[in-house]
Amino acid sequence: MKRFLLTLVLFAAMLASCIPVDLNAPIPIFDTGVDPGSWAQVPAGEFYFGQHEDMETTDSYEIMITDVTSQQYADYLNAALADGTLKIDDDFVLGYYPGDEFRGVKHELEIKAGDWTYIPLADPSQRVKFDGSLFTVQEGYENHPMTMVTWFGAWGYCGYYNYRLPSEKEWTKAARGEDDRPFPWGDEVARENANFYSSRDPFEDMSSFGSRTSPVGFYNGKTYDGYATLDSASPYGLYDMAGNVWQWIGDVQPQEGFSDRLMHGGSKDTYDMDLRIWVRNSAPPMYYSPGVGFRCVR
Amino acid sequence: MQFIKTRFNYLFGSTKGLILVAIAMVAIVTAVFGMLSGPMAEMGVREVVINTLGMDIVQAEREGRIVILYHSIAMAIIAIETYMVTGLLKIKEFFKMSVRVLITVGYVLTMVFGMGFAYFGHNWAFHGLYITGLSLIFFAGVLLCIALWPWDPAYYLPSPSGRGVGGEGDYARTKNGVDLERVAFFTTAVTTVLSALFGAVPGSFFGNGFEVFLAENIIRLPEKTTMEYSVIGHLHIMLALIAIMITLIIGRWLDFKGIWHKVAMPLMILGCIVLNLGVWGVVTPLEPVAHMIIYVGATPSMLAALFLLIWSWGKFAKEGTAHLAKPTFLQKLGAMVSDPLKFGPTWQMLFMNFTTSGIGIFMAIRLDEIFRMWPAREERIELTGHWHALSAIIATIILMYYGDMLGLKGKVRQLYGWSIIFLSDLALGAVTVLEMKRLFISEAEQQPLVNTLMYMIDFGLGFLLVLLAIVMVWRLTDLFKPKGRWTEEATRELAQEVVK
Repeated sequence: MKRFLLTLVLFAAMLASCIPVDLNAPIPIFDTGVDPGSWAQVPAGEFYFGQHEDMETTDSYEIMITDVTSQQYADYLNAALADGTLKIDDDFVLGYYPGDEFRGVKHELEIKAGDWTYIPLADPSQRVKFDGSLFTVQEGYENHPMTMVTWFGAWGYCGYYNYRLPSEKEWTKAARGEDDRPFPWGDEVARENANFYSSRDPFEDMSSFGSRTSPVGFYNGKTYDGYATLDSASPYGLYDMAGNVWQWIGDVQPQEGFSDRLMHGGSKDTYDMDLRIWVRNSAPPMYYSPGVGFRCVR
Repeated sequence: MQFIKTRFNYLFGSTKGLILVAIAMVAIVTAVFGMLSGPMAEMGVREVVINTLGMDIVQAEREGRIVILYHSIAMAIIAIETYMVTGLLKIKEFFKMSVRVLITVGYVLTMVFGMGFAYFGHNWAFHGLYITGLSLIFFAGVLLCIALWPWDPAYYLPSPSGRGVGGEGDYARTKNGVDLERVAFFTTAVTTVLSALFGAVPGSFFGNGFEVFLAENIIRLPEKTTMEYSVIGHLHIMLALIAIMITLIIGRWLDFKGIWHKVAMPLMILGCIVLNLGVWGVVTPLEPVAHMIIYVGATPSMLAALFLLIWSWGKFAKEGTAHLAKPTFLQKLGAMVSDPLKFGPTWQMLFMNFTTSGIGIFMAIRLDEIFRMWPAREERIELTGHWHALSAIIATIILMYYGDMLGLKGKVRQLYGWSIIFLSDLALGAVTVLEMKRLFISEAEQQPLVNTLMYMIDFGLGFLLVLLAIVMVWRLTDLFKPKGRWTEEATRELAQEVVK
């Protein structure tokens, strides 16, 4: 009898792990009051770069105060498809990329000039939908960061508007300012600072779909239906520089033969340790995920 | 006073007492500091522990804390293995005493002051004592190498009664009588001491500027400095050497001998040397082929462990069915697994191929096609997961041998042994599936699976720690008894309890 019960419990546990996840479960809708079309000015000068706080400098530049939203990206897709910059092929949006110099280093991926996937259309995690003529955003996700976008797709978006992806140094300075803080808002992290794994925000359900993205600028000190956030802007007023989604970095081959593209900021799917400003992630440029987005500089 | 003196002599003067203290230290550190990450952090336990114990934790210094934590636990494990080696092999009393004193003071200093420095504010005197502890352990290692010198005729196996049992052909030996098992122990000890330098040199180099890093975070960068390679090599080889040493220890405990022993010991020596040469090669111009040398070295070492497994399982099956005229396969199988504490260590070595070696080989073969197409953070989960699994397996093997040292019998022995096997394998199997989950489930749909796996991991490791806590409480209460089990253990040496 005991063995039967044990087997039953184990079997139930295995079954529980196979429960299908409703990726379209209703999501709370909040207006954060933060304008994703805004830019912040970052002055030229020195700053602390990396875990070991090397002194580096940047020129002055402007950077988006939030990640690019799904609505912004859908608008771009409509415009770029109409003028022939992009094309649709077999449930993928493709765009041209001029390729990387290939050096033949061990593990290096050859990125040739040609059409590369910007976003997948058929993936159930994709929030931007295409009806054959128009790109629209799934209701509730309009002001969420654009995800399921490859590095090529992020590069293409920024380039289309004569912007560019931030270099690692630019991204770091925008997040950190001129002191040595580990998080954009300061020295410590609380659950109300950012959207990270099991941070108990209104968008997650760890028993089902897990963590989901939050609207850009959500952690601005406002209270949403009783959920009070902390104002977690960076020294230059940028939101979501830690948590929510990893952000693609523009550097190509920061080391000779390193074909991955860097990502920074941690995401809804990572523990708070990955939200520290200097923590690097990387993936091949064709990688896309519900936890990766981007913002641009100019 | 006599009460304290006799207990102190047992705890710090006898092999089993020393092992008990070290296991207790590791158990405490694992239980307390394990609550600072993973699910415990999710549940908010981390904050409670930090506040209750008055820890002073700075986010920016996580990597440094972890490096000291790993070293603290590893030094205690190395101490346990040293106690076992000096308890099992013939060693001159002066060396035995010196090695044990040095390594005991060393690991206690390392653990207490290292953790004090890392987690309770940065008292630099503590850091100095931490380094002193590591240095003492190094000296203990050098002395152990001298003590193990296998070409001393006193340790030869010259006659059929070389170890007091069996015929001349029972153990691996040279024509001159050099004990090849002792050579294997010696080789492992020497290479361990040399490989420690591989960490000490870059440790000093980076420590000077406090540029601590975790190897898994730089694994994808094609350009690494010599010192970075040295750190990566150091952590890999030290864990491998700890695993090789525990394999030799288990072999000695079970009285590994016969033809399998004769084949296994030369393989173990060869594998250990080649493996080390490969790892040391990462800081030389041999770096491009270093991995190939490592594979070449790992193969004979693992074969030697396999031969131990084949020999021991065969022995258990044969001895357990000796009373039967024609035992069936099932009867042999039953006999083989009848004593979980003897069957368990080699089973865990086999299981390791699922959680560690198999994963490592699979990753190496399909690295570019599969694993490098995933984000670096996924690769980090695989890397840290598989060596945590190996560490845990080594710990369980130690605990099973310790269970035998305790003289556990009957149902308690069965319960203790099978609990360790079942709980650890459940947890480590789940860890392995967690590492590889991207092969069969998407990021968006993984949460229910992740939850189930985390429950399995928490259940397995949690109850394993509870089991360990029960043993530790039992041992603590035993110490208060005038004629407790400790009085017997104080005078028994491991060599007397080798399985015959």
